[in-house]
Amino acid sequence: MIDLFDKHHHTIERHSRMLQMGSDVVGLASTQMLSPTRAIIDGRETVLAGTNNYMGITFEEDCIAAGKKALDEFGTGTTGSRIANGTYGLHRELEQELAGFLGRKHCIVFTTGYQANLGMMAGLAGPKDTIFLDADSHSSIYDGCTLSGANLVRFRHNNATDLEKRLARHDPESGGRLVVLEGIYSMVGDRAPLADFVEVKKRQGFQLLVDEAHSFGVLGPNGRGLADEAGLESDVDFIVGTFSKSVGAIGGFGAGDHPQFDAIRYSSRPYMFTASPSPSSAATSIAAVRKLKAEPERRARLADNSKRLFDGFHALGLETCCDTVSPVIAVKCPDELAAIVMWNALLKAGVYVNIAVPPAAPNNLCLLRCSVSAAHTHDDIDLIIKLFGEVVASGAVAVSA
Amino acid sequence: MTADSKEIFAKLSELLAPFNSKNIELKPDTEISTDLNIDSVSVMDFVMEVEDHFDIDIPLNVLADTHTMTDMVKVVEQRLAQGGSS
Repeated sequence: MIDLFDKHHHTIERHSRMLQMGSDVVGLASTQMLSPTRAIIDGRETVLAGTNNYMGITFEEDCIAAGKKALDEFGTGTTGSRIANGTYGLHRELEQELAGFLGRKHCIVFTTGYQANLGMMAGLAGPKDTIFLDADSHSSIYDGCTLSGANLVRFRHNNATDLEKRLARHDPESGGRLVVLEGIYSMVGDRAPLADFVEVKKRQGFQLLVDEAHSFGVLGPNGRGLADEAGLESDVDFIVGTFSKSVGAIGGFGAGDHPQFDAIRYSSRPYMFTASPSPSSAATSIAAVRKLKAEPERRARLADNSKRLFDGFHALGLETCCDTVSPVIAVKCPDELAAIVMWNALLKAGVYVNIAVPPAAPNNLCLLRCSVSAAHTHDDIDLIIKLFGEVVASGAVAVSA
Repeated sequence: MTADSKEIFAKLSELLAPFNSKNIELKPDTEISTDLNIDSVSVMDFVMEVEDHFDIDIPLNVLADTHTMTDMVKVVEQRLAQGGSS
């Protein structure tokens, strides 16, 4: 009999090698959360620079109060799917709040961000349709595409010309065409060149979805994301987002203006066959979305902090993956071994960042990925720069010319 | 193998070389992902090189049943016969 775990032996060996070099890269536990930017890890107070907590919104008094109130009034869980007993007034209220924030006619809330992409891809596309997806798309997009049963055509990252070439080879009469982009790509921090893609859309014809997971709350004059920043919202048919970053909860959403948008509720398995978000998570999300609207200074602080870290890294001579400032700032490492050594050294020195190695990081890159928060102080940012200077720029990592 | 499929096999071997870091010998029954131990994204990147070289689309859903070099040769032949469209 073949042991089902035999196929995992390469991964298991890779993980064992990591463990021999220090802390468990993929199994770290924060035993206490002191603030949006501080935790106790391995018994030490650690500055968090890899949480995606862009708005620093996880410890806001009014959000916590809303969550506690929902726990008291609605209980700990909904015990049901949105299409059965799992839709509470809170879920409807959250959908309306988001639709208002986004300036969209319709919004559907999913239980996680991952499921939002699964649910939107599977709800929008079917076996006769074709999804054209950016090569660097998040796994949830790939998985959603697979679930949809559609033909999947992958185009070169951020390359509208490459997309157009593939669209031109496709017969538009054979089925619907959905193009999927991301506002900010999670590992590297670059944005989709939306204007270029919109030009292709006008020439070739397709429906366009932008996953704003890392750009919702972050980009644009209204914090609606990349489409808002680019002034191209009316050219984007569907928006996907998550509550696990700028909203500081868990859950996700899809939004759009299509008159039949709600059909997704009755045709998307990741919406129908899972329990709805817990009442407390829905309630803190409502409070947080209101806060994003009421406190644009959070976005300004995040932009300021991001620029400070970006400039600091460049002053050290570190090579970042992206030339544009964004809250995701990834520093290139020479290889996986060096990345693990430096990640451990940073953690011991008191700063947590993400480590990203292939295939999670694109183009065989090995990255120390920072995500900046509006809750970081200038002192926090300066400490992160100082520690990167001591650990990373001191010689082990490639220094750009 | 026909002359055409031999030519495709040779071209695929050439395009696969940058991903085959351990220089494992490529035979018709070599399993691209498991035998060469290359990850899912690298397989897709290799396929993109194949698409560009032959000017065809190979939808990712087709890849689910494509494991060996021979499977890949067949996919390229089929897509070429269809005029390269998806």
